[in-house]
Amino acid sequence: MNLTIELLISALLIIGGSFGLIGSFGLLKLREPMQRLHAPTKATTVGVGASLIAAALTLLWQTGAASWQGVMVAVFLFLTAPLSGLMLAKAHRHLSRPDLPPTGTKAPWAGETPPKP
Amino acid sequence: MSRLFPHPMLSATLFLAWLLLAGSTAINSLLMAALLATLIPLATQAYWPSRPKIRHPLRLISYIALVLYDVIIANIQVARIILFMPADQIKSAWITVPVDLPCPEAIALLAGTITLTPGTLTAEFSADNKALLIHALHAPDPDATRAEIKSRYESRLQRIFR
Repeated sequence: MNLTIELLISALLIIGGSFGLIGSFGLLKLREPMQRLHAPTKATTVGVGASLIAAALTLLWQTGAASWQGVMVAVFLFLTAPLSGLMLAKAHRHLSRPDLPPTGTKAPWAGETPPKP
Repeated sequence: MSRLFPHPMLSATLFLAWLLLAGSTAINSLLMAALLATLIPLATQAYWPSRPKIRHPLRLISYIALVLYDVIIANIQVARIILFMPADQIKSAWITVPVDLPCPEAIALLAGTITLTPGTLTAEFSADNKALLIHALHAPDPDATRAEIKSRYESRLQRIFR
């Protein structure tokens, strides 16, 4: 295998691995539940993204076939990561009831009972 | 035709997604893709009555490119906060972002963008869909964060969707 391609793939794998590690370390270091939610939602984007590009490049180089499944994994990840993040944030909000800023509109935050007139 | 395919864009996306997942364009994959592209929009039609109006598909592509770029830059910023900033100096904040977008699809796209760009996270919607509650990991100046979301993402989405 060509050395430059090998170096590129290794660099991508190292980048992906480091971001995954940093995300996990954030989970350990940050103190509040909402802060902790930030760390893993980020590791999925760049961490998994870089690993997938590395995998696709390897396949492309070895077999000459483009790996569209890898692209689809990335697409599904980008679609589902915000949803799971939103659901976890909602669960946290209903369980520990943090002080929230006002909505600025007439309606309350979704799921809240409106204040009695 | 519109009764059989209530969401042509969704049908096309499903068709393409199945072919890419199957990794072949053999006749059985094509048939399965056509079947899914017909049945899934019909089955989910009740939950998705309106059809998003995308005015500028090309701008949507450039929007995705912008978001991908921002994801990488912001990931590095968050990594720096996690690694080098003492935990008691991280100033997290709840921020209310008023949204003025025409359709639920555009709001969902904005909410997804906010979550994917690191450092901010969509946590809740207001009951009338006119405001988003976001949580920022480190926002010493919440007004600046709000202004950036509105100018960088919302204004572009307003131009894409009608």
